[in-house]
Amino acid sequence: MGRLERIAAEQDRALASATGLSRRGFLSAGVGGALLFGFARQARATQVFPAGAPLPPEQFEPTIWCSVGSDGEVNVNIIRAEMGQHVGTALARIIADEMEADWDKVKITHVDTDPKWGMMVTGGSWSVWQTWDVFRQAGAAARTVLVEEAAKILGVTPDKCVARNGVVTAGDRSLGYGDIVGQARPTRSFTPDELTKLPLKPASERRMVGKDVKALDIPAKIDGTAMYGIDAKIDGMVYGRPKMPPTRYGSKVVSVDDVEAKKVPGYLRYIVLDDPSDTVPGWVVVLASSYPAAIRATDKLKVEWTPGKTAHVSEKDIQDHARGLIADKGVGVMVVNDQGVDDAFSKASTVFERTYTCASVMHYQLEPMNALARLNDGVWEIHCGNQWQSLFLPVIEKALGVASGKVRMMTYMLGGGFGRRLNGDYAVPAALASKALGGKPVKLILTRSDDMMFDSIRSPSVQTLRVAMTGKDTFHGMQHHAAAGWPTQVMAAVAMAKGVDGKPYDQFAIAGADHWYDCGPLRVRAISNDLANDTFRPGWLRSVSAGWTSWALEAFWDELAHETGKDPVALRLSMLNGEGPDGRNKGEAPDSNGGALRQAAVLKRLAEKAGWGQPLPKDTGLGVATTFGQERGMPTWTAGAARVHVDRATGLVTCEKLWLVLDAGTIVDPGGALAQTEGGALWGLSMALCEGSEIVDGTCKDRNLDTYTPLRIASVPEMDVEFIESTEKPMGLGEPGVTVVGAAVANAIFNAVGVRLRHQPIRPEDVLAALKNKSAA
Amino acid sequence: MIKFKLNGSDVSVDGPEDTPLLWAIRDDLGLTGTKFGCGVGQCGACTVHVGGRATRSCITPISAIAGAEITTIEGLDPAGAHPVQEAWRDLQVPQCGYCQSGQIMQAASLLKDYPSPTDEDIDAVMGGSLCRCMTYIRIRKAIKQAAIAMRSAKTGETSNG
Repeated sequence: MGRLERIAAEQDRALASATGLSRRGFLSAGVGGALLFGFARQARATQVFPAGAPLPPEQFEPTIWCSVGSDGEVNVNIIRAEMGQHVGTALARIIADEMEADWDKVKITHVDTDPKWGMMVTGGSWSVWQTWDVFRQAGAAARTVLVEEAAKILGVTPDKCVARNGVVTAGDRSLGYGDIVGQARPTRSFTPDELTKLPLKPASERRMVGKDVKALDIPAKIDGTAMYGIDAKIDGMVYGRPKMPPTRYGSKVVSVDDVEAKKVPGYLRYIVLDDPSDTVPGWVVVLASSYPAAIRATDKLKVEWTPGKTAHVSEKDIQDHARGLIADKGVGVMVVNDQGVDDAFSKASTVFERTYTCASVMHYQLEPMNALARLNDGVWEIHCGNQWQSLFLPVIEKALGVASGKVRMMTYMLGGGFGRRLNGDYAVPAALASKALGGKPVKLILTRSDDMMFDSIRSPSVQTLRVAMTGKDTFHGMQHHAAAGWPTQVMAAVAMAKGVDGKPYDQFAIAGADHWYDCGPLRVRAISNDLANDTFRPGWLRSVSAGWTSWALEAFWDELAHETGKDPVALRLSMLNGEGPDGRNKGEAPDSNGGALRQAAVLKRLAEKAGWGQPLPKDTGLGVATTFGQERGMPTWTAGAARVHVDRATGLVTCEKLWLVLDAGTIVDPGGALAQTEGGALWGLSMALCEGSEIVDGTCKDRNLDTYTPLRIASVPEMDVEFIESTEKPMGLGEPGVTVVGAAVANAIFNAVGVRLRHQPIRPEDVLAALKNKSAA
Repeated sequence: MIKFKLNGSDVSVDGPEDTPLLWAIRDDLGLTGTKFGCGVGQCGACTVHVGGRATRSCITPISAIAGAEITTIEGLDPAGAHPVQEAWRDLQVPQCGYCQSGQIMQAASLLKDYPSPTDEDIDAVMGGSLCRCMTYIRIRKAIKQAAIAMRSAKTGETSNG
């Protein structure tokens, strides 16, 4: 084993250099504790687990969010999952700026679950928006105390002191933050009420927010040391792989035959899971001493099930059901239902109506679902990347039959989230398998085909939009009806919003339709597709409903503009006037100051930049769309344009360039903001042209990249992204980029070759068929 | 028992001959920088160098690499400072980072074959490496920046020609 030890020694040196050269690479609890799991000498791993970085002799912790050590180091606790947004960096910049810290001495800790953190959820582009006030107040608290204590030591009044870059200066004397903590040993803490009263710095005094910075998580993602859930290891663990039942729900195991599985070296046993939480009904887990053995043995294991009732449901069944639901006026929830909408439609001389559909979309987060579970000192530990720990701890507790507080999730980096890991269902089978072994560590990994069969997909959807008109110039009212599977109903029913009719609805299955346009009285009706909910577990997927409601809404305006002889940009601008029923489009402080006029501003800027109205080569078109990000209460004003070329012979659509203009208020981390917007926009493009699955016999037909084909590098267009300068409260940027691209592409195709495609994804064969129909007409 | 060189050290692995190299590296030899993505050689997250060539370790049985020299992301450069890694750091390429070990190994291999890669070269060679966060714009930029750095290191030139 001398060779293995050499490798281990090399790794130790690499670790020493990573942590010694730059603290930036060292996420103390998330990676510091977990990092060592990956090493050949696992004994060391259990020794250090779950401790984070060593603490300095003295710590000042004015709030739970940050501490200042007597060594001058500032630790910031991050409760949000790191899945590519560099969220810890953005949040730490907020606190460090307000407390006037020395950025080179700031480190971040991605914490494990603990009730003291409150709700742990990372999604909805919420992180910066949710944390902005909390972290500024926490930073102000630290700064206030450090200045007061420094003033005492220096024998001056606090108003004679200036805090900057981790140092308090009064005249020609100064004290570092570490020295202040070491000498004064402050212990003051703050009540929530006191925190809200602390004076915050004006925007003009910000020194880190809005400035470029290198993300703290990136170095470890470049040298192979970043620790994801799949990299977690514990001494003595065994590997598991599920044998998946034919339907998501209702399958029952009839018999299991492991005669062939037993011939696989390393096969240990199978477990028919008993799941009181009903998260993974009908699952069988195969255990082995290595993961390749678990894969092979699972292939060899023969399981007979009685399938659930959805074993033969197809995508067409689900979409036909959705159409039936939309036609039934008695179902669904009124999200918006302005007075006069029925009147407007009954008096209209013309009703313009269109229906738009979207196919099932899969997450294909690159790290397949996995979790490592064990019982340790009476507490169940779940090691995995996760986006909504607070939602799934109770589910895991129910599955294990243990009291609240007996399950803890240990934090790792996520090899992609995109909403898939908001649904922590994958932790349940790992926990149950470990329970069957008396708490021994079990590492359960889904192969890609397992992962895709078990995906919590973006539901297919059907939407019908109508406008009531007199002639071609006056709109009297609008209706938007949307039917889809409802993730929040299925997994987090208590978190549903209430409609104007008092009924609960899934805001993540309709947001985007509750727009800021002034088009007369509006009705927005959200409908849960029960057949979808029964067949698969609908998931939250990047930009949630705004990824598909916006596509319908923005394609609809475009069609209406052409139908009525108006310019699509001018039509939108005429309705983004800040007016409308109840004055609701004026906006409200602090989140939507300026309202619809800010949406109009990004659209105007976009039209200028993208050369709207300029001539283009043959079969080339420019299309626009505008949204408010993914929810009305936290609007990121977004406008996007796509220039596409359509090959009439093959139907192939090439997106040549994307433009985006966004007003997200204050931009905290410009580099991260741009990266999120680029990635989001390309997700939008991928869903518009490349991605779409189909339910066949109760599950998605795609099992891997041979048939599921997300965008690759060769199809990436040129991109121009601009953020409007602003000192308004920061909104979110993880998802807005997605929301405009689908409609912009569809509108561009119309402008290029004159055909309307009302189903996403838009495949070459759809374009060819539409072109053929057009020439036949 | 299969013997090979991993990042310059002699190692040996026990196990069935058809064990994918990926799991031998990750679980038997403890280097987890190489990732499991699709398991069928189509996403590129598991890319390592076998005898200097980019290879999908998830579909490479250990029997096929007996005696070979394998390099993983951990061994690409002792200080993690290969020009490709430097460019990746400078341009802040990774988002979630899960595919990036594979992207970096593939890019390092690309630059050996194409010291001055065109966009078409990049599309052709990097097309097998999926980035679900869609960091493609920065991947392309970073490859070009690394190419310049490697050429100037070789010739001492300082311009970007």
